[in-house]
Amino acid sequence: MPFKKPVQKFSAAINAVELGVGENKIVLGGQNVMPFYTFDNEIANPPKVGAEISDMGFEDQVQGITGFYADCASVADMAKKAAALDSVDFICLRLESADPNGKNAPVADCVHTAKAVSDAIDKPLVIIGCKNDEKDAVLFEKVAEALQGKNALYLSAKEENYKSIAAAVGLAYRQKVGAESSVDINLAKQLNVLISQIGVDGKSIVMNLGSAAAGYGFEYVVSTMDRVGAAALSQNDTMLQMPVITPVSTESWSVKESIATQEDMPHWGSQEQRGVSMEIVTAAADLASGSSAVILRHPASIETISKLIKELI
Amino acid sequence: MALKGLDIFKLTPKTNCKDCGNPTCMAFSMKVAQGALDISKCPHLSADVLEKLAESTAPPMKSLTVKAGDTEYKIGGETVLFRHEKSFVSKSLYAFSLCDTMSDAEADAALDASLKVDYERISERMYAEFISVTYEKNADRFVELAKKAMGTDRGIILNCTDFEVAEAAVAATAAAKPILNGANASNYEKMSKLATDNGIILGVGGVDLDELYETTEKIEALGNKNLILDVGCRSIKSAFEAAVQIRRAALLNKDRVFGYPSLVNVGALASGDENMQAALASLFTLKYGSIIVLEKMTYATSLAVHGLRQNVFTDPQKPMKIEPGIYPLNKADENAPCAITVDFALTYFVVSGELERSGVPVNLLISDAGGYSVLTAWAAGKLSASSVAKFIKDYDVENKIKNRTLIIPGKVAVLKGEIQDKLPDWKVIVGPNEAVALVKFMKDFAS
Ligand code: B12
Ligand code: SF4
Repeated sequence: MPFKKPVQKFSAAINAVELGVGENKIVLGGQNVMPFYTFDNEIANPPKVGAEISDMGFEDQVQGITGFYADCASVADMAKKAAALDSVDFICLRLESADPNGKNAPVADCVHTAKAVSDAIDKPLVIIGCKNDEKDAVLFEKVAEALQGKNALYLSAKEENYKSIAAAVGLAYRQKVGAESSVDINLAKQLNVLISQIGVDGKSIVMNLGSAAAGYGFEYVVSTMDRVGAAALSQNDTMLQMPVITPVSTESWSVKESIATQEDMPHWGSQEQRGVSMEIVTAAADLASGSSAVILRHPASIETISKLIKELI
Repeated sequence: MALKGLDIFKLTPKTNCKDCGNPTCMAFSMKVAQGALDISKCPHLSADVLEKLAESTAPPMKSLTVKAGDTEYKIGGETVLFRHEKSFVSKSLYAFSLCDTMSDAEADAALDASLKVDYERISERMYAEFISVTYEKNADRFVELAKKAMGTDRGIILNCTDFEVAEAAVAATAAAKPILNGANASNYEKMSKLATDNGIILGVGGVDLDELYETTEKIEALGNKNLILDVGCRSIKSAFEAAVQIRRAALLNKDRVFGYPSLVNVGALASGDENMQAALASLFTLKYGSIIVLEKMTYATSLAVHGLRQNVFTDPQKPMKIEPGIYPLNKADENAPCAITVDFALTYFVVSGELERSGVPVNLLISDAGGYSVLTAWAAGKLSASSVAKFIKDYDVENKIKNRTLIIPGKVAVLKGEIQDKLPDWKVIVGPNEAVALVKFMKDFAS
């Protein structure tokens, strides 16, 4: 008997969401099969890789990261340098300096940085805030105003601050809203519903379902993504059909495996290689579970994950 | 094909005698069809019927036992494609590689380096369970390397499609029960006999999925069902397709020909590229690789990949919790300070490990937080100023410990004021965000 290949092609699909403008704009999502299941149907928009930069620089990072940006005089320079890599599809700017519990930089300064970065690159831009709900709400509104017409994505609107962010980013300035929940399918759906009710088109939303580094509660990330994917494709749940973006680097570079020095753990070997492996393994697992985009920090991780995607699609 | 409840019912005595613990034969039959009960639970079925049903009600994917030194592992036996549907049962196992083109010195160095990666993470031994030995051109060297692998506490995979050479290698290592990965469309008869004669698992390969399927069918017809399917190394894309299709055919289509565990050689798929091998090990740990072969096992790859595996193969129904209580570390007595955290096993493992590394005596207080991590517990209201105060009271900490210093996790620094209000006799100190910073923190604290 010949082998009868099973096929799982769904009539529903993940929304195709455009980021950026011009020649280098990208599309997240659009697929109607499970992650990398090209044998079920063609996947028109392969998952995308973003390079993370921070307005606080990368001083305390490993050599491969600081070294890569060593000749950059400004955040805009860093963005330009990263965007020049073929393996980078978009730039992700973290406005960490805005954190009221940290440097507490004024919103105007951050807007200035965001504008400079946007002007310096010809690839789509994703903005990450400072993780302070109130400050992010103000920050995103002003940045979105300054970046009108750039079609950037803002990470993220959460249950606590979605109203102002969704209204500013999604409605007033017509860009893309990131909806961040914490590893739970019901919370993810509820937030999408709430943001939609404000009037933002479901096709202008990208989800951040919450993330963790491999080994640190990652099973919940896998299962949440698996379930969201199943609801979107097999149950045609339009409130879960937004493509998923996962910030990998912030998680993977803060666990022990990546930050313990070689001095502290001599038998573990190079700290840099451990951090890179953690970032790669976490990113590959996120993609295999259904992320349409991952955000990475180390040039070697970016290259490997970009290559992995090309090999699979 | 799987039998429906009704088909099974037709073969029962239909007497509803309840000896199987079910009210009716029909109820019994439905449960057997769902895989919830074993057909042998009905004592009134003839041997004939039993045999007929055992085959068709057997689980869709075979569970095999493999040996790694003295340790036995199960591979296969999965019933779901996604862990949230029930649970994955047999964790992926990893291997590193030796090849007969390596010189003695190279082989020793390779062996040495990969064997060193061997440690514990949350009560589980983390290491490459197997050594995969590949035959390319030098039969004697190949056999020698296989013997060398036998001298370790790891399992052996012999990659060899040449029958004579395989025979010699199996003869030399039979006691260790190696996996013989070498059957294909042209040699399967001899190879299958060699494997069954030695009671070992046979790895089957093919140029594509169709050939793999046909060869597997033919080997089954010979009566050999002790198999593992090699997804091949033509390309990353085709290996991924094979791994998914094999598992999906077995579980979704109930196609028993592909109801076997799979073997993926990511070392061959991305030779010389440690980063890509790590990426592939991650991909195939999630998507259906039963044994994953790398060129070498390094701490960098292992820490990430073994951590991932440990997460993914936990049972969603069973939270990983540890008993709340007072855990004295580094010979702490009543004069040592206290540090408090949650009862999530992962958190306990990470935090206690770092505290031990600091060498500073400390009483680690594990509070009842429903098995959640620090921030999850905090967000769920299970780690709060009241829960901390309650723990101190319930566990009689003030009578058991004289020191009045309490270190709290940096991630819940916001709780400091409130805890201080509830425990006025204590000095509440905010510790670092990440446990890894505890070593320096505790040393500074003690001096
Ligand atoms: C997996 C996970 C879950 C799992 C639970 C897993 C578990 N057993 O805890 C599930 C899906 C159930 C879950 C649920 C929820 N979660 Co949750 N979850 C996570 C996730 C992804 C990983 C947590 C983890 O395992 N961390 C690893 C452990 C080891 O970390 P840890 O305990 O903090 O320990 C570290 C440090 O704190 C330190 N440390 C620990 N103890 C001590 C002690 C001392 C003295 C010191 C100095 C240091 C120290 O050392 C450790 C290593 O560095 C995080 C996001 C993230 N990336 O962290 C979100 C996260 C914790 N969850 C969050 C939320 C909001 C929730 C929910 C309320 C939402 C929901 N989904 O309904 C629920 C609450 C539960 C409930 N039912 O009500 C938020 C918390 C937000 C906040 N800042 O408060 C997070 C941060 C996600 C996010 N970004 O929004 N979650
Ligand atoms: S033991 Fe057999 S005969 Fe008796 S009720 Fe159960 S299935 Fe029917």
